[in-house]
Amino acid sequence: MPQLLLELFSEEIPARMQAQAGRDLERMMRDGLSAAGLISEGMKAFAGPRRLALVVEGLPIAQADRDEELKGPRVGAPDQAIDGFLRKTGLTRDQLVEQDGVWFGRSQSKGRPTTEIVAELVEATVRNFPWPKSMTWGSGKLRWVRPLQRILCVFDREIVPIAFEGLEAGDLSQGHRFMGSGGVFRARDFDEYREALAGHYVVLDPEERKQRILEGARTLCFARNLELVEDEGLLDEVAGLAEWPVPVLGDMDPAFLDLPPEVIRTSMRTHQKYFAVRDPATGKLAPHFLVVANVAAEDGGRTIAAGNAKVLSARLSDARFFWDEDRKSGFDAWNDKLSGVTYHAKLGSMAERVERIATLAHHLAAQVGADPTQAHQAATVAKSDLASQMVGEFPELQGVMGRYYALADGKDAALADAIRDHYRPQGPSDEIPTGPLGTAVALADKLDTLVGFFSIDEKPTGSRDPYALRRAALGVIRIILEKGLRLPLNSVPGVQAQTLMPFFADRLKVTLRDQGKRFDLVDAVFALNDDDLVRIVARVEALDAFLKTEDGANLLAGYRRAANILKAEEKKGPLPQGAPTEVADPAEEGALFAALSALGPKLDAALEAEDFTAAMTALAALRAPVDAFFEKVLVNSDVPAERDNRLRLLQQVQAAMGKVADFSLVTG
Amino acid sequence: MTAAKPTSFQGLILTLHNYWSERGCVILQPHDVEVGAGTLHPATVLRALGPKPWSAAYVQPSRRPGDGRYGENPNRLQHYYQYQVLLKPNPPDMQDQYLGSLEAIGIDTRLHDIRFVEDDWENPTVGAWGLGWEVWCDGMEVSQYTYMQQVGGLDVSPVAGELTYGLERLAMYVFGVDNVYDLPFNDRGMSYGEVFLENERQMSAYNFEVADVETLKRQFEDMERQVVRILEVGVGPQGQKLVLPAYDHVLKASHLFNVMNARGAIAVAERASYIGRIRDLCKLCASEWMKQQEQAA
Repeated sequence: MPQLLLELFSEEIPARMQAQAGRDLERMMRDGLSAAGLISEGMKAFAGPRRLALVVEGLPIAQADRDEELKGPRVGAPDQAIDGFLRKTGLTRDQLVEQDGVWFGRSQSKGRPTTEIVAELVEATVRNFPWPKSMTWGSGKLRWVRPLQRILCVFDREIVPIAFEGLEAGDLSQGHRFMGSGGVFRARDFDEYREALAGHYVVLDPEERKQRILEGARTLCFARNLELVEDEGLLDEVAGLAEWPVPVLGDMDPAFLDLPPEVIRTSMRTHQKYFAVRDPATGKLAPHFLVVANVAAEDGGRTIAAGNAKVLSARLSDARFFWDEDRKSGFDAWNDKLSGVTYHAKLGSMAERVERIATLAHHLAAQVGADPTQAHQAATVAKSDLASQMVGEFPELQGVMGRYYALADGKDAALADAIRDHYRPQGPSDEIPTGPLGTAVALADKLDTLVGFFSIDEKPTGSRDPYALRRAALGVIRIILEKGLRLPLNSVPGVQAQTLMPFFADRLKVTLRDQGKRFDLVDAVFALNDDDLVRIVARVEALDAFLKTEDGANLLAGYRRAANILKAEEKKGPLPQGAPTEVADPAEEGALFAALSALGPKLDAALEAEDFTAAMTALAALRAPVDAFFEKVLVNSDVPAERDNRLRLLQQVQAAMGKVADFSLVTG
Repeated sequence: MTAAKPTSFQGLILTLHNYWSERGCVILQPHDVEVGAGTLHPATVLRALGPKPWSAAYVQPSRRPGDGRYGENPNRLQHYYQYQVLLKPNPPDMQDQYLGSLEAIGIDTRLHDIRFVEDDWENPTVGAWGLGWEVWCDGMEVSQYTYMQQVGGLDVSPVAGELTYGLERLAMYVFGVDNVYDLPFNDRGMSYGEVFLENERQMSAYNFEVADVETLKRQFEDMERQVVRILEVGVGPQGQKLVLPAYDHVLKASHLFNVMNARGAIAVAERASYIGRIRDLCKLCASEWMKQQEQAA
């Protein structure tokens, strides 16, 4: 079956946009083709520095011809109905045929050639491509991420006639900017294309580029008894910056090794896109770097290595300048500066925020096993490094630098660690703070953020969460749960006033869902207005286990039946209040009374002890009497006293179960 | 024609002048008002707007009072040179033309690693932005390459391609010099330091210690008022508004702001408001210029 090959050749596409562009191209072409009824056997997109390419295998050469029988209105239907049918189908009245009192029409159409459809689809795809940022160039009106220079489009080895905005599709492409002839070449199918590209020093497939980089880099390092510090994000990026990636190992002045390794690595990665290299024996950074060039240079890369080494020296000299100046400056000077830095127009300066965090850390310290005075001190210096020159240059080193500067300043190691750790966890794969000081400051930091932004009505909506409040709440939840902290959240100043608990409930559901746990029960438990996350989760887990048992499932059914009856009866008038009385007949009514009486103290004791499994076991004892009651006893008795007593019993069942969870909110 | 590779700072400038002159550019001299970047020369900011084609190349001293280091830092200067090229509309082979200019000044693309790394350009004080790259040579940024999309909040149509070469940095790289003051200025033994070191010392001291903030503030406000006044009351011999003198006053205001900033006289919160005021003035000029260009066309 015929093959379609498309290449959109442009000036350099930002590395960070390439992977998504490949996916978008594939999706738009797949959707367009299948909307036209053209189903392929497979397709694959490739994205690189100067081109997006797509190969579609096994496309029919044309759409199938269509011949459909269309059922219309019945004979004698109003004219409007018949006219409507004609409009919709494009038929005329004399084309309609009567059959069994109904008008029928035939719609026949010849399938269009695939080439025509592809031509329209490519133009529409280019015009509507969802680049994060796009531009116009020259005198044209077309938008692309950078100037689009050439379109190669061949179907079944023939050029697809596409022409718009001064671009005309052909069978021409071109290779590497500097290596090889630099000229154009022709390709009429994917094999020719791929082969010609390789001959013109272009590796088409980003995965292959990454593989080459990794293997080449590892080999270079191995030969010098070094080890590459691998970095997935950086690898993706450099693979998007070279059509012919060539790793080159360069030397760094060893004098810079006294800088913190995070500084060296960040400087290499952010400014220069270099990989760091370590000594496998010590695990410490080695005085080298690995750069991925886009050219196999005639001198084997010596000039490139030397040039990059020089740039790196200048960068690291800047870093050393910051490191030296920062250590001279110190925390007090930085804290002074923070009073001139606005945190948020409505939430005051950074210094004011630090003060709030320190007060809160002091307040929380005892509950997380930290000394309140120390927690206050740690919080006071936790954000100071934001005013340092190094963090000004490399914002991602916030906390990390604070720790180094605290140690250099002779501060306590636990306090220094707390500075670094209080930003944790920064994402689902990040660890929570280890020490109690870091825990206290981390909680205070996140809770202050949440209370602050809720108080100025900056709550997340939909996908908009500019202040990362969801991440802050998840951080609080993870710290509390993973450390088993008994911290009633409503006791934290502001949490209750800003009604933050429902927000925590939502985030807790996400956490439980991510752990593969049942999360609908969170609502049933949250309805009890508990604010202790550890207890809430224990309750949810016990409830989950209980509902999986036969007793639990049946009791839930009984609960719902009771609730339905009570709801129906309530419509007729107020339900009878007060406790039920014991009756001997019917026996099932007496048995339920007895079971409820026995349950009360047991349930209360189990809940008091927070033994939720025991509480569920106690509830399980209700199941048989409840079932028997519904089977044998008619609640809606003609005798008003009987009816009242039975309604009182059912209310008691509801109340007893309600101490464990709001079963009416269990959906599963 | 294969010219000899330049061996001095002024040789580098002459090579670029020749190269872009051969490609149809008007070779201009610097604008005689202090500016922070070559972009601000009216040959770029104003000529980028409007329907008329325009190709120009020029050297422009960039004044960055805050970057002064009293002549003691080997890389940082409060006065340095940018080489600026503007091609409107950008030719389809502009990247190749640019790479040719690197070859012309002695960068061999078979030995060096040249890369186009995403860098979207933005200048909030003139309400301008564009998409393009930093061009790297062996990891060092040697130029800024931008397809200008808006200036003064107005669409640049046709689009202008803008190239900015940081001349000192480029020269240091090409000539293998680590300290800017050691650069050979000409081929007769004159160094960059002999030409400019004393200027860096004196200007740094002035910018950081001597510049009188009250005077600067007053002058800034004078300039601000003048821009509005010139556009309101000024009439040229053909009845046109006097947008060019008005724009010069915007540049003066912008430089006064930079000196105040270097003096530490502008609080963080004030900064944005000053930039906004300059942008508003710049927009006034840009839209008036655009009107005149469209009327002429």
